[in-house]
Amino acid sequence: MRLVIALPYAWLGIFFLLPFGLVLAIALGSAAPDSAPPVTLGLSLKNFALLLSDDLYVAAWLGSLRIAATSTLAALLLGYPMAYAIARADPRWRPILLMAVILPFWTSFLIRVYAWMGLLASNGLVNQFLRWSGLVGDPGTILGTEWAIHLGIVYAYLPFMVLPLYAALEKLDGGLLEAAADLGANPVVAFLTVTLPLSLPGIVAGCLLVFIPAVGEFVIPDLLGGTGTLMIGKVLWDEFFLNADWPLAAAVAVCLLLLLLGPIALFQRQQARSLERP
Amino acid sequence: MTAAAIVTLTGLAKRFGSVTAVERVDLEIRRGELFALLGGSGCGKTTLLRMIAGFETPDQGRILIDGQDMTGVPPHRRPVNMMFQSYALFPHMDVAANVGYGLRRDGLPAPEIARRVGEALKQVRLGDLGERRPAQLSGGQRQRVALARALVKRPKLLLLDEPLAALDRKLREATRFELVRLQEELGLTFVMVTHDQEEAMSMASRLAVMDKGRIEQVGPPHEVYERPASRFVADFIGIANILPLDGGRAWLALRPEKIALFAARPDTDHAEQGRIVDIAYEGDRSLYRVGLLDGSLLQVSTANTARIAAAFRRGDDVWLGWAADAGHRLDK
Ligand SMILES: Nc1ncnc2c1ncn2[C@@H]1O[C@H](COP(=O)(O)OP(=O)(O)OP(=O)(O)O)[C@@H](O)[C@H]1O
Ligand SMILES: [Mg+2]
Repeated sequence: MRLVIALPYAWLGIFFLLPFGLVLAIALGSAAPDSAPPVTLGLSLKNFALLLSDDLYVAAWLGSLRIAATSTLAALLLGYPMAYAIARADPRWRPILLMAVILPFWTSFLIRVYAWMGLLASNGLVNQFLRWSGLVGDPGTILGTEWAIHLGIVYAYLPFMVLPLYAALEKLDGGLLEAAADLGANPVVAFLTVTLPLSLPGIVAGCLLVFIPAVGEFVIPDLLGGTGTLMIGKVLWDEFFLNADWPLAAAVAVCLLLLLLGPIALFQRQQARSLERP
Repeated sequence: MTAAAIVTLTGLAKRFGSVTAVERVDLEIRRGELFALLGGSGCGKTTLLRMIAGFETPDQGRILIDGQDMTGVPPHRRPVNMMFQSYALFPHMDVAANVGYGLRRDGLPAPEIARRVGEALKQVRLGDLGERRPAQLSGGQRQRVALARALVKRPKLLLLDEPLAALDRKLREATRFELVRLQEELGLTFVMVTHDQEEAMSMASRLAVMDKGRIEQVGPPHEVYERPASRFVADFIGIANILPLDGGRAWLALRPEKIALFAARPDTDHAEQGRIVDIAYEGDRSLYRVGLLDGSLLQVSTANTARIAAAFRRGDDVWLGWAADAGHRLDK
């Protein structure tokens, strides 16, 4: 019994607190390029001060937040109708449709992002189609732009948007929509006054589940975005591997965690509340 | 269509796959009446109500409301409000917002809405609960919120699907009078679905008895009780002894309270001899089952006007007597 209770704490201690302590300790030290590992421990806040004062880092932070926010919005606009359609579908079809949403997870994330590189390259399938259809004269290259990053994030995280939305919409009592219609609401008004507010928990959960990982996303901006892309995950990578400035990279990681603490806490509270009031 | 009709149903029919829910129903509901649709479970009462409200499309037939053909008119454009069996209160709105929902859809100004919501809540005696959420109410309070929400728009026609079914017996009986009072005070037309014949008899000005999707009989409660149109109706409404007539081609419906018990042969128009098989004491009355000489059973009820009633005991030989006009002849 004690063991069962101790297990999650041990897990948290070994896989979260311990590494986080290490990262924090490194962040407070300073770079020592000639030693291995390239860190001298200390108690200095200069790495954090640099992050806040250097325009490059601030721009990267803001860029991450902006791209994560617009991608989350796009995922919501795409995911809501999908979740709605699945929740309204014949009950026999729902498991199959849900399966289709989750199916991409069966292949590696990295491989799917590489596949997008092929699709979006200047001679990729997407451009070939655009040229063939004559919709766009010269489509340019999508790969390496912010469009490609958005596309990648929406594609990769859409299931995290659809599933909580589906859970909220599927619970919705159809009788409430009938009551709204009976009281004079046309279908659009009934949607806005009943369906939308009652699916709000799903909207909040879905948005946070997309937004939180998207802020720190590294693979997608690195592979699909151009060299000029400023997202904090990419900055972290560059500091660590290219500049071998471990303390600065660690400071970025700590800041990222602190920044996401707000949304994560919001998500937790929201989950707790929806458990209380089903 | 008569001038007084607010709803006219002609040849209305609805099937769900192989199930016929409603079959060729012709019915007129008059302005200002409290009309009850009565019938057993699954006989099509809810389906009929949902077709009037516009939630189901009839396969055949027409619905006129106030002289207007409702074919193709969506629910939100019908001059009808419905009180749902499950109440269907909006869980994310407080009581006042629930009640005011329909008025906001009509685009009334906010002060007017607040005034009418307050008025409606007072009518159903919920004056001070406007800020509660439905989850914070008792079953009886929820029922009254649902009623207020449907009443507040002053619809030409209010449809109520088993409005009292979810209440306990005491509350149900008190609420019956409340509903009738509101209906009369506001001068509205109510169509109420119920499977409780006592409820229908005590509340309705007229009622329809349904069986297997068809309407068996329509009329005021006393007429349906005293002159049932068929054996089904006689049996469904109250208790009836059904005796074969004319060698089994017709029947006589004889209510238990129309038969009297005697110790010796009475000089009533009809008299039969029998023995008491059992007695069900129900407080205000006792129901006797009497076995006749030919083996058939008749039910007789007597009012317990004296405190110590038991004039007859189980096993006693008794005489049953009734007047020539006590029964009602049934041809089907
Ligand atoms: N949406 C539906 N799909 C399939 N069958 C249905 C549907 N709605 C009703 N039915 C069937 O139609 C018949 C009539 O149903 P209805 O709900 O009108 O009965 P009811 O008289 O209201 O019964 P109750 O007193 O139990 O509420 C039933 O056999 C029912 O199973
Ligand atoms: Mg019903």
